[in-house]
Amino acid sequence: MTGHTVTDTPHDHPAAARGTAGVPASARRRVLSGVAVIVTGLVCALAWGLGAHAGDAVLRLSAVGDGSPILQIRVPGRQAGLVLGAVITLLGAWQLARGFSRRAMRAVSAVVVGCFVLAFLCWAGTGQPGTPVSVFGLLQQSIFAAIPLILGALAGILCERSGVINVAIEGQMLTGAFTAALAATMAQHAGAGIVLALLAGGLMGLLLAVFAIRYAVNQIVLGVVLNLFALGLTSFGFDLLMQRDPDAYNNPSVLAPLKIPLLGDIPLLGPLLFDANILVYITYVLIIGVQVSLFHTRWGLRTRAVGEHPKAADSVGVKVRATRYRNVILGGLVAGLGGAFLSIGAVGAFGAGMSNGKGFIALAAVIFGRWSPRGAVGAALLFGFADALQTLSSAITMPVTIPSAFLSMLPYLVTFLAVAGLVGHVRAPAAGGVPYMKG
Amino acid sequence: MKLELRTITKRFGSVTANDRIDLVVEPGEIHALLGENGAGKSTLMNILYGLHRPDEGQILIDDAPVSFGGPGDAKAAGIGMVHQHFMLVPVFTVTENVMLGHEPTKGLAFLDRRRARRRVTEISHRFGLEVPPDAVVADLSVGVRQRVEILKALSHDARLLVLDEPTAVLSPQETEQLINVIRTLRDAGTSIVFISHKLREVCRIADRITVIRRGAVVGTADPSASEGELASMMVGRPVRLTVDKVPAEPGEVVLDVRGLSLVGDDGVVLVDDLTFSVRGGEIFAIAGVQGNGQTEVTEALVGLVKPTTGSISVAGRDLGPLSTGEILDLGVGYVPEDRLRDGLVGDFSVAENLVLDLYDKPPFARSGALDLARIEADATARVREFDIRPPETTRAAGTLSGGNQQKIVLARELSRPLKLLIIAQPTRGLDVGSMEFVHRRIVAERDRGTAVVLVSTELDEVLGLADRMVVMYRGRIAGEVPAGAPAERIGLLMAGSAPDDQAAVPPGDVASAGVR
Ligand SMILES: Nc1ncnc2c1ncn2[C@@H]1O[C@H](COP(=O)(O)OP(=O)(O)OP(=O)(O)O)[C@@H](O)[C@H]1O
Ligand SMILES: [Mg+2]
Repeated sequence: MTGHTVTDTPHDHPAAARGTAGVPASARRRVLSGVAVIVTGLVCALAWGLGAHAGDAVLRLSAVGDGSPILQIRVPGRQAGLVLGAVITLLGAWQLARGFSRRAMRAVSAVVVGCFVLAFLCWAGTGQPGTPVSVFGLLQQSIFAAIPLILGALAGILCERSGVINVAIEGQMLTGAFTAALAATMAQHAGAGIVLALLAGGLMGLLLAVFAIRYAVNQIVLGVVLNLFALGLTSFGFDLLMQRDPDAYNNPSVLAPLKIPLLGDIPLLGPLLFDANILVYITYVLIIGVQVSLFHTRWGLRTRAVGEHPKAADSVGVKVRATRYRNVILGGLVAGLGGAFLSIGAVGAFGAGMSNGKGFIALAAVIFGRWSPRGAVGAALLFGFADALQTLSSAITMPVTIPSAFLSMLPYLVTFLAVAGLVGHVRAPAAGGVPYMKG
Repeated sequence: MKLELRTITKRFGSVTANDRIDLVVEPGEIHALLGENGAGKSTLMNILYGLHRPDEGQILIDDAPVSFGGPGDAKAAGIGMVHQHFMLVPVFTVTENVMLGHEPTKGLAFLDRRRARRRVTEISHRFGLEVPPDAVVADLSVGVRQRVEILKALSHDARLLVLDEPTAVLSPQETEQLINVIRTLRDAGTSIVFISHKLREVCRIADRITVIRRGAVVGTADPSASEGELASMMVGRPVRLTVDKVPAEPGEVVLDVRGLSLVGDDGVVLVDDLTFSVRGGEIFAIAGVQGNGQTEVTEALVGLVKPTTGSISVAGRDLGPLSTGEILDLGVGYVPEDRLRDGLVGDFSVAENLVLDLYDKPPFARSGALDLARIEADATARVREFDIRPPETTRAAGTLSGGNQQKIVLARELSRPLKLLIIAQPTRGLDVGSMEFVHRRIVAERDRGTAVVLVSTELDEVLGLADRMVVMYRGRIAGEVPAGAPAERIGLLMAGSAPDDQAAVPPGDVASAGVR
């Protein structure tokens, strides 16, 4: 609690005018993050700049073999690393000396991460100078890997913003994946798969809601149990039906990409974002929809109130339990959709336990994204990028052979730094995990 | 609006919080509810507001029976309520808090923040309750939060307004302002139910007074009744409203504060170069309007915040390198201002809360294990001594009435050997009977040789208890006042105007005056 005189704003306070003695905590954070950015910049310049071989790196920005014009840029790798490192270092120095505003700092962190990654790619391209590095492929794969994570994270946000912790995203996705494959095969129609995946996820959500809200079961334990339940159920179904007769039960076709006219023709962005399957477009809509409604609609305000201080919400007539039910079920629907993407959106078949921890990574994205859709998308993209990097290392020869395990760790490390140092501390919805009981 | 409550009964397990209560509030009437801590006032009002369901009884509005499924229904029926404990979402802005539940929208359910903000400024001007509409509530002081809470209740044009201890955290000026607001509303035809433990303001403002004891109505009183009459009606025995004490016999210096300054995160100087010392066996009071740095001083004294500059020592030991736990182990007792947040774990039982900072030491722990029988016996004794109601040590502390929660913290801190007692707003939210008791306990603690630092915004309390006192204004000591100085002098200092005679020592001389 701040202690200035009740009727005064801090600026009227005579003591404020007299200046400050000592270093307040915000200044300390500024110094820390400034130093962190400078170190990142120096690492960038040293490793990716000086560590690069002589010669040019070629970065390809277009897909290969689809007839579209080839788009590639050629940059001297060493110089690129040094310049990008210098840019990062300068940003860090500015933060250290003057400090960016909170809002500007978000953009700055994005630029820092972007520069660092770009420098890395230039460095990687000098391993065999002249051989193109497919930046397009890398980005495409990142997005592809990020989509289910984003849907899972949105599911988590919907639940947790209303005060119910959702550890069961994994199970909800798995159920969705199973149902989508089964329904799409049996009905011979992808739409049936999507609809039933939604329903299956929603049902899992309902199960979570009933036990968490009505019976006040510990939500972490409940989530774990639901995950095991989903794993058992889908594996059983897989053995019973899909293994025996894959053609009749597990042979959905992969959702076909739909190219959006005009938008799909934009160089680089078009093929990257607007030539994908229907689930990807639904994801775009959901991202914007959840972000906007959470912060700008009546539903969003009430949801957040219920997640922060249910008693206060109740005292002004907001129905706490109803709000939570609705949000948890909505979350289940969205997670089910994420599951559908795994089976009929990407692979074209269900495999036992195919969610493979993605639900938990989505949960991490919720936290790293500070419970906001925008942040979670950023985090999910970083995780997606981690996935894509591993394949890159096997596709090209780098100046130094980096173990792929290390490569896949790198983006997590960057995320960790970004969250710990640059974004500030994370705060979960205050009433998360606490059931609401009335006297 | 005419309100009638008929034979309302509410039981929580073995406790009958309301026992066949009848109450009639006429249109345009200010009806005060008086009662001890735990008498059932808040419960009754929560029933009226739809937060609790009555076990028996009926609510009639304008002579028609109504039944509320939840606060939404009560709101729709024209009832507004300011709750005893804040019902504000800390991460929301003032505007968001005020509009929650009846948000103005445009288009497809989009929030119309502009309109909501205009509404906030409009009613805040109309009633003279200034609030910053865009500030986040977590950043506001308690007094401003209370104003937001009141605005929230006013914002949907309630025809019956319930105010449950709205003045507990307000400064005298703010209370004055609130009383004016209430009168304006009354004159416009709004019915008011007003709950307070401050008898003087109840007598000033009420048209009618109903007294509740142990869940049942014991009678009604006229506002012209004396405070003493009301007090004994409430408590069921005569109550002394003044403090009895013999002159202090100060001993050695126990607490020595030199040049203490504290700077907040945002660079604002909260405490500015404070120097004072307190001897054993005396009560040193820090008076002042809420938010002038007193809270920060007490937090620094127990190591919850580290001084930006300056030093603090207790019985000759520098507190600089010590943690809060180590400081408390030196024999420092601490009763924080916001006891419900900083002094109590709501889900723990009363007994557990009573040993919260002692559980790991003898006699409550032996060779690493808790001695539960001992804890229980001790808790029972203290519950009896401090008259904590209901007298069940296994109950979750959070389910006790506001005043009884306060008593738990007081009982814990006042029941171990102390060298120094730091006590902030000791009687906030307590009924007159408990107040009398707590005052006696503080004086007894002093007489045992403990140095007492008392922080209070209540002028009567400070005047009654203090052996020496200073007034804090904007982080500084505005002046030291001898015991027995006239109240107006102190009031002036609290408002920031320098006195023109030697009733107060100018700030620079406080150090020498303090050490004597
Ligand atoms: N949710 C609850 N669960 C169990 N007991 C409760 C609950 N709420 C109130 N009580 C009990 O009901 C009784 C009346 O409490 P109430 O809060 O109405 O008192 P009050 O008159 O408002 O007191 P105060 O002046 O201290 O605020 C108390 O004994 C309290 O312990
Ligand atoms: Mg009460």
